[in-house]
Parts: sequence; structure tokens; C-alpha cells
Amino acid sequence: MKKIMLTALRMLTLLTAISILSFLMMAKAPIDPLTAYIGTNSTISEDAREEIAEYWGLNDPPLERFMTWAGNTLRGEFGRSIVYKQPVLTVIKERFRYSLALMLIAWLSSGILGFVLGIGAAVCKDSILDRGIRTVCLVFQSAPTFWVGLIMLSVFAVNLGWFPIGLAAPMGKMASEVTLAERIYHLILPSITLSILGIGKITLYTRQKLLEILDSEFMLYARARGENTWQMVKSHGIRNIAIPAITVQFASFSELFGGIALAETVFSYPGIGSAVTAAGLGGDVPLLLGIAIFSAVFVFTGNLIANILYGMVDPRIREGFSHE
Amino acid sequence: MSDRSFQKAQKRAAAEIFWNRRRRTLFVLGAAVLYLTVTLAAGWFMSPECYDIDYSAKFTAPCPAHLFGTDYMGRDMFFRSVKGLSNSIGVGILASAVSSVIALILGTAAALQGGALDRFINWCVDLCMGIPHLILLILISFMAGKGGRGVLIAVALTHWPELTRLVRAEVLQIRSARYVQASYRMGKTRREVAKEHILPQALPVYLIGVVLLFPHAIMHEAAITFLGFGFPAEVPAIGVILSESMNHITTGKWWMAVFPGLMLLTAVMLLDAAGENLKRLLNPNSGNEA
Amino acid sequence: MKGQKEPVLAVKELCVSFTMYDRGLNRREFEMVHQLSLTVNAGEIVAVAGSSGSGKSLLAHGILGILPENAKVTGTMEFCGRRLEEASLKKLRGREIAFIPQSVKYLDPLMKVGRQVIGPCSRAEKKERQEKLKQVFARYQLEESVANLYPYQLSGGMARRVLISGAVMKPAKLIVADEPTPGLQESLARETLCNFRELAQEGCGVLLITHDIDLALQMADRIAIFYDGKILETVPAAAFSGDGRAFLRALPQNEFAAEQKFPGAGNTEGFRQRII
Repeated sequence: MKKIMLTALRMLTLLTAISILSFLMMAKAPIDPLTAYIGTNSTISEDAREEIAEYWGLNDPPLERFMTWAGNTLRGEFGRSIVYKQPVLTVIKERFRYSLALMLIAWLSSGILGFVLGIGAAVCKDSILDRGIRTVCLVFQSAPTFWVGLIMLSVFAVNLGWFPIGLAAPMGKMASEVTLAERIYHLILPSITLSILGIGKITLYTRQKLLEILDSEFMLYARARGENTWQMVKSHGIRNIAIPAITVQFASFSELFGGIALAETVFSYPGIGSAVTAAGLGGDVPLLLGIAIFSAVFVFTGNLIANILYGMVDPRIREGFSHE
Repeated sequence: MSDRSFQKAQKRAAAEIFWNRRRRTLFVLGAAVLYLTVTLAAGWFMSPECYDIDYSAKFTAPCPAHLFGTDYMGRDMFFRSVKGLSNSIGVGILASAVSSVIALILGTAAALQGGALDRFINWCVDLCMGIPHLILLILISFMAGKGGRGVLIAVALTHWPELTRLVRAEVLQIRSARYVQASYRMGKTRREVAKEHILPQALPVYLIGVVLLFPHAIMHEAAITFLGFGFPAEVPAIGVILSESMNHITTGKWWMAVFPGLMLLTAVMLLDAAGENLKRLLNPNSGNEA
Repeated sequence: MKGQKEPVLAVKELCVSFTMYDRGLNRREFEMVHQLSLTVNAGEIVAVAGSSGSGKSLLAHGILGILPENAKVTGTMEFCGRRLEEASLKKLRGREIAFIPQSVKYLDPLMKVGRQVIGPCSRAEKKERQEKLKQVFARYQLEESVANLYPYQLSGGMARRVLISGAVMKPAKLIVADEPTPGLQESLARETLCNFRELAQEGCGVLLITHDIDLALQMADRIAIFYDGKILETVPAAAFSGDGRAFLRALPQNEFAAEQKFPGAGNTEGFRQRII
């Protein structure tokens, strides 16, 4: 319990540092938020410009600006997004709903499928199945997500016409009219793309870990007691690799978040990933900052869960027993 | 155990002789180096005429004259892809050089100094790994003003954390070895020991780390260029090419995406395989079998 | 004892060898156990005694058919008159041939010991097995609550008794025990060996593999001296009285260490990784 508290505390300091750093980065950025907001060739008068700058506090010294910003942030006010003309928090909430569905599907399917494939590969070590799985995983691990997305789009949406070309719902439909089936239909290709990003890692990890376990002394004993391979894997193998594998999967939140930025851009899916691209390209500093902090919280949550899980399930750690 | 599985083991071992690890590593490493240098050189010396605009030949599917087809301005995709990959490799080399020097300094300093400095460096590593890598790349390249310079800075400044951890662990291990302890006791200064014993010992692990970092750098350059934060549209870069292809893929111009991506994938996979093989050669019980 | 029946275990000219590839080029075969013959009768404790790292464990693993894949076994093994083959071994392991490992390291660290002793079984069998577990635990003075402990929570003596319980859950005819006593206090070691004697009196054949020749002498009926992959001699334990002790003193583990013939030969674990 104490360890978890310490981890949480450490994460809090990191989070603060990240906020400060991101703010400094943005303050140093050569893009003038005012110009970005108004547009380069607008005919707005100098007075009006000054007024907006005053309203945003752009004329204050950096430290003061940071204090104001930090105070607002702590109260949950991230400011207004320039690109979407809405409060940043609203944009994030709105967009994250879409992304969450995408990430959840991709995360679960790559995790479950990867785990099963990894076990299969380890049990049939050096067989054709194992070689095949390994090769595919290595290719998947190296394949750029955005390229995979393009290929998916080209094959399944354009050539075969099985899936829609993009977006989260049919074009021209009111949000309230979109059915669940339509949403799922639009989710399939992006989530497959995103799964491909993560499946290689978890498969190879599971395989490696199970091979280690199969080589252990207690597996030798299990075999000596007449258990067959399947029983051994079922009762001892899965028990010993499940938690490390789940931990790895939780620790992959960082890559997952990067992955949605790419996948959503390819599929013009209106999630948080395409919002971050739009914010960066449109010079939308408040939104960019908001998403950066949000992503850090997201990654930290994943790591924290991984830490807690690890401690909870292994009885040796749970009861404060340690090897050292 | 039984005769059959024994024969199987024998067969596998025979294959192992032929493709023994050392030979395979050399082969993969050679292939990776060859591929990269040829691409880099070809891109470097290529005259821009090779991928000149030619509206009469726009959207040509792959054919003998245009191996990878042409794009919406009739530019030859093969030459553009080679040029683009060579740009990416250039960024990759520069960025991994910078990142690996940072990692070497921080990793050794953390391991040899220990104490507060060690904790601080670890904290910095955690800090960098706390934001999704891609988001960090976007933030830095945004700050640096996008464009080629921005992407270079972003990629160079974000690839050190994992290598730092690796170097730190390795140096810690070497430092605790008996002969290193002995040479401390024989009155050698810290700097002498670091130069004579620790750095040469840590070098192989470090170099493999650099080889493994390189494909990441290339891939990340392509990714943020693809998103529009990297090289501007007029520079041939894999990211730019793929980003353009996005607009034409819906009309069935598949070749604009497939081939440039395959070239990138080949580069990344060769480097990855070379790194993994080197790692296994150094430490036979580690890592995934390729 | 049931008179002159065939022995529970008869090993004839057993050889165990490993294939190793030196730098991937030179194929070398290492024979670790040579031409070994041994019999174990019902109701008898046979101790195989030899210095640590002489390949005794390979003998145990060979009998159970749990050697690593790259091991090659020749010679014959008969169990109650039947040839032991891979297929028949699969059926006998854990049923008629039981194995008692060295330490708790052989138990799954994440599974409660009760479930491990019971082993995987169908729902229908479960009740009956749990009943049996209670009986077995009672016999070895283990409290029922021990079944709910994890391996790391067991004390040395408890662990021994749990491991023995695992072997007697089913009526085995042959029990192979690999180094059952190292690291135990003398009283505990003695207690363990008494348990083996009891089992033998019930009609089991017990094959005891140990490096502790003094304890073996006290409990075993016959002792096979194992050195460098061979059995030098099999003698009744009674022969080691009086002057017989002189022979003991000349044994490798008392006077000189076993010669290391090949790298890693002493350590099966290391060896296993090195091969192929």
C-alpha cells in the first residue's frame, strides 16, 4: 500500500513538471496565438487586436501568465480552443468519447488475441505455426501505423468496399440519428489498424514468458505428476504469465495514445488524436496543452494500474513478502 | 526423448549450423547497411529532374517506365520514394547521434555518481516517458517551428530515455565487477577507471542500443511528417508522400501508398533484425528469437 | 512382501546423452549416464548415492521420461514387467510412478499447495480427491489449513511433507525421490526417511537419489554407488558395517571431488541451456 502511495506521489510530481514544461514550450513557440486565432490576412484593427490580447492576458510577463494558467488549470479550466471555438475541456470530453471506444476495442482485442497467439506459439515452439506467428509479429511491430491504416483503407474500403472510407458515422446524418450499428461499422477498420500496432509486442512477450515458465522446475514437476502439456499451460502457465502480460498491456498506453493520433488522421475519425493534429497545425495552444496534459494523465493511469495489479495478484508481494 | 523428436532436434541443429547465429547476424547487418547506404547515396546524388513534374503522365500505374507509378503531378514515385527515404535516413542518423550522446553521458553519469544525480536523471527519464512519444514529438516540433529543423530537433531530443536506462544498468553492472573494484583500490582515479574499464566494456551494449534506436527515429520522423509537423510538402519525404497519397487512395491510386511504405518498412525491419541479432549474439539468453 | 515377483523397476544398460553444437559447427555428443543397470523391488528402498553433479538427477528424470528434448536415451526400462515407452510413461507418471522433487522450488509459486497436491482433475473427481487430501495431510501431521498456503509460506519440514503428500495421493508402486533431504535438519531428514520406510513397508518400491551417504545407509536396503555416470557397485546396506566403512571413505565425495569432464556437466540446468 505504501509503495503504491509513493508511486502515486512520484507520478504527481512528474505531472506537475510536465505541465510546467509544456507551458514553457508553448510560450516559446514562434507561432503567435493571436495571429493563429485571427488569421494572417484579417483586416481587424490594431485596437481590436490589443483588446483580444488583453483579454487573453498575452501582454503579461510569462511568469504571471503561467500562474494564471496554472490556477485555471487546477480549477479545471483549460481555456478556449481556437480551432473548435469551444472550451478545451468540452472538446477533450467530446472527442475522447469517440477515441475511448476505438482504444478500448483495439486494446482489448490486441491484448486477448496477442495473449492467445503467444501461448499457441510457445506451446508449439519452433513449429510452422510458431514461425508464422513470430514473423507476422515482427512485421507488425515494424510497420508504421499510418501506413497500415492506408493499406487497410485501400484494400477493404476502396477495393473491396466492405467498410466505409472514414469518419465515425455516415456523412450528412445528425448525430442523434446515428445508430449503434453504424458506429460499430465505422469503428472496425480503425480499430484493426490500432490493434496491429500493439499485437506484436504482447504476443512476443507472452511467448517468451511462457517459454521461460515451461522451462521452470515446477513445470518439470507438473509433468512428472502426469499432467499433459495443455493441463500444464492451463493450470500453471496462464496463472504465471497473465499478470505480467496484463501489466505490459497497461504499460502500453503511451503507444496506444500515439497510435490513435495516426490512425484517426488516416480515417478522419473525430477523436482526440485528430484533434491534437488539428490543434498543432492550427496553432491552438490551449487545446494542445490540454491534450498533452490529458495524455500524460492517461499514461500515468495505465502505469499506476499496472503497478497496483502487479502487487495485488502475486501473493508474495500482496502480503509484504520480499526476496531481498 | 523419443527417436522422432530426437531427429527433429537434430534437423533443427543442422539448420542452426548452416544459419549459425554469427553468420546470420553478419548477413542481416550487411543487408541493412547496404540498403541504407545505397538509398542514402542514391538520394543524395539524385538530381531533382528525376522526379520532375510531368502533367502528361499523372496517375500512371506502376509500369516499366515508372516502377512505382506516378502521382497527381506526374512525378515518378520510385525516385521520390528513394529521395524521401534518404531524407528520413539522414534525419535518423543525425537524431540518433544526438540522442545516443545524451544517453551515454546521462547513463554513465547516473551510474557512476549515484545519489541525487542518479535520482534526478531517473526522474527525467520517467518524465520523458510519461507523455506519449508522439505527443511529445508534436509539442517539440511545434515549439521549434515545425519544418525540417523542427522535426530534427524533436526526434533528436526524444530518443534518449530508453537508451539512458540501458547504459545506466550496464555501467552499474560493470562497476560492481571485481576487477573494476580492484583497480579502484589500486589507486586509479574515477576518470581513469571509467576510461580504461567501464566505457570499453559498456560499448557493445551501447552500440546495439544505438542500432535499435535508429529505426525508431526514422519511423517517428515519417510519422510526424505524415501528420504535417515535419518536412514541408515540397520536400520529398516518406511522410509527405504518404500524406498526399491519403487524398488519392479513395480513388484507387493504391501504388502511391503501398511502395513508399514498403521501402520504409524494409528499412525499419532490417535495422531491427540487425539490432536484435547483435543483441542475441552478445547475450544468447535474451530477447525474442527472430 | 509378495514373494518372487518381477521387480517394480528394472533398468538395463541405460545411456543418456546430449547433443551439443560447439560454436554451431562441431557436433558433439556427451554421454552423461553410461550403461546403467539397476533394479528396485517392491517393498525395498534403493539409494543411488553419488557426489552432487554426477548426473544422478538425469537418472530420475530418465525414468520419468521428463528429460529435455535434446536428450537421447538408449537401453531398456521395465516397470512391473512392462516396457516403459513414451506413451506408457505418460499414463504412469503421477499415477503408478510418483516423483518427489528436491524442494518447494518445484511447486508453482502462485498456486495454493492444496490444489497442487490434488492436481488437475474433473469436477466429479474433485470431492473424492479433497477427501483423500485430508487423509494424507492427517497422516503426515499437516493441518488442513496448510492446503490454503502458498509454497513460499511453508517451513522446511512442512514443505517436505507436502511434497511427499503429493506422491501418495494415488497408490503408487514406485516412488522416485530426488535429493529429498539436503538443507534439512538432521531430525527432519530422519523423519523424511522414516516416511519412505513406511511407504516401502506398504509395498512400494522407493528409489532414493541422494548425495548424503550416511543417511542413505541408515534407511536403504541396498545402495548403488554412482560415480561419473556409472554405477560402480550395488551392495546391501548391511555390508557397510565394520570394515565396510573403509570403502566409504574412499568414495569420491569424501576424498576427492568428481572430475569435471566437460563444461557445465556438473550442473544440469546450465547444461540444458548450453545444448543446441
